Amino acid sequence: MLTCDVLTCHVLHVTATETMPIHDQSYRRYAGTRAALGRSWIVIAWAGIRNMIRKRAFIGLMLFAWVPFIVRAVQIYIASNFPQAQMLAPDAKMFRDFLEQQDFFVFVTTIYVGAGLIANDRRANALQIYLSKPLLRAEYIAGKAAVLFTFLILVTWVPALLLLFLQVMFAGSFTFVKANLFLFPAITVGAVLQALLATLTMLALSSLSNSSRYVGILYAGIIFFTKAIYGAMYAITGNSGWAWMSVTDNLSQVVDVVFRIPAQCATCTPRFAMPWIVSLLVVLGLMTLAISILERRVRGVEIVT
Amino acid sequence: MACAETCKRPFTYSLGTLDTVTAPVTTREAPSPDGAVVQLDGVSVAYGKNRALKTVSARFAYGAVGLLGPNGAGKSTMLKALLGFIKPTEGRMSVLGLDVAERPLEIRSRIGYMPESDSHIPGMNAVSFVGYCGQLAGLPAVDAMQRAHEVLYYVGLGEARYRNVETYSTGMKQRIKLAQALVHDPDLLFLDEPTNGMDPKGRDEMLALVRDLGHNKNVSLILSSHLLPDVEYVCDDVVVMDKGQIAAQGPIAELKGPAGRVFELRVKGNLPAFVEVLREAGMECHSTDEDVMRVFVPAEVARRSVAGIPGPIGSDQRAIFALATKHAVQVRHLRPSVPTLEDVFAKAVGEE
Repeated sequence: MLTCDVLTCHVLHVTATETMPIHDQSYRRYAGTRAALGRSWIVIAWAGIRNMIRKRAFIGLMLFAWVPFIVRAVQIYIASNFPQAQMLAPDAKMFRDFLEQQDFFVFVTTIYVGAGLIANDRRANALQIYLSKPLLRAEYIAGKAAVLFTFLILVTWVPALLLLFLQVMFAGSFTFVKANLFLFPAITVGAVLQALLATLTMLALSSLSNSSRYVGILYAGIIFFTKAIYGAMYAITGNSGWAWMSVTDNLSQVVDVVFRIPAQCATCTPRFAMPWIVSLLVVLGLMTLAISILERRVRGVEIVT
Repeated sequence: MACAETCKRPFTYSLGTLDTVTAPVTTREAPSPDGAVVQLDGVSVAYGKNRALKTVSARFAYGAVGLLGPNGAGKSTMLKALLGFIKPTEGRMSVLGLDVAERPLEIRSRIGYMPESDSHIPGMNAVSFVGYCGQLAGLPAVDAMQRAHEVLYYVGLGEARYRNVETYSTGMKQRIKLAQALVHDPDLLFLDEPTNGMDPKGRDEMLALVRDLGHNKNVSLILSSHLLPDVEYVCDDVVVMDKGQIAAQGPIAELKGPAGRVFELRVKGNLPAFVEVLREAGMECHSTDEDVMRVFVPAEVARRSVAGIPGPIGSDQRAIFALATKHAVQVRHLRPSVPTLEDVFAKAVGEE
């Protein structure tokens, strides 16, 4: 039964003795299912990925990041089908070079996707919303990291593996893959290291500020500044051992080792005059530092003492 | 005005969600035998050298409980400690019968938190935001979206649910914070200053919603506020905090003292004899420094007339007048005052 006055409209329950505004009845108890605890990071990651792929500029960036893949695919096709073009034949170093070429896109994608991941949440005080839900801080960080990591893998590991697959397809044999069995794990480890370092570093920086713009500038500053410091030291001393001061050069040194360079390349020499283990320690140290910053900064409440 | 015109949209909505109209409200059991939803035993929280909570022991009963105190009393700190945002330096806390230190995720899946400051997930419209919060709390995507629509209607944002949250007014932001706290159907709500920054109409509507949740929807809630009327309107029980300590706690009605009214009374005539008369009639009399005395008329005394017949509202004044007339005493001054939560608060925090 429906009763009305000028201002409100009420539904009168047949059995009830009082009228209730309709809006009151829109709230009901939930009797459905609930996901097991520990899956919220997937929700966060998926929401972040969807948010990015809605942006046309980002789609453009992703497409542009695949241009080197197309060039390399053409190279492999020509080398496989035209004996005259044997100088274009792929080797292990080609895959390493490809990953190195993607460094630029890794850099741009990291800034575009990663700068606002936590900074925007801090600006909107969203951390207390997230952490008042049944999820751990680690889950929140994992969800945010998964967004950036996914896109970085999409511009490094996925095209590199596709190139390997195309090589098999165009050559019509597994000869190359059998001769370079280490390539699949090398591509995987190299791409994951690259993506992981960029992801953790950017997330840590993003957790330090409320401004994604500032975070982007800070990240670019760290990459270029450390490179410039190394350049200056190299110019002064002539010793490439100072490369441990540069974030990107440390990573390059480690990935070279993963790809067995210079062992795979007779004419190649180690890129920097320092043990690769030092570079690995610097890379691992940076990751540890980033995790430590995230542990301190991602909290439901900011405590200023 | 014709009902068909005035009520078209709400009625259509109610038909569209007929199940919501007929769905019975789930009866929830009290989480612990004594009915306490939250219990703190000797909890201390420190920010560096500053102790925000000092060995606090409190008990929040099932239902609507106010957490009252001046700014800086430690109310928000207590809520954040209960949510697990801050680790206490000592003490033990339990929420819904679960230990906060041992089972924080289970607790958080059963509580909703409406923070004091403006909070939202950037880049989302209201329905996406609330649905997303539902998913974070473990609801399947479809259910979360359905409930997002429902709770947004409930809090009065139905028409604005596709707008970006960043374009919302302060009042709307308060409402959406309530919506995100409700979407996963919590057993217990933590509301931190829910009426902050709202205009009087919005404030009344928000309080009506919160009161409805606490009294009709079977959701226990802790309302943290420094606004006494808000707490008095919404809550049955109150915990008063001051300087990081509990100043008073219990049912508001009990804290306000026995039901009845206090009058300031000044008479001309035989004062000692009239005081005796009043006391014989069941009233309490306290003299003050001046010639005005305070007379407390208990509710049961007020309800019966001098002749023993239950009297209507205002019969307490008439009872005093009747006694004065009967004993030839002239009433020169009679001013009523009702004990309020403000009196309780002032007494608890030691204010004059």
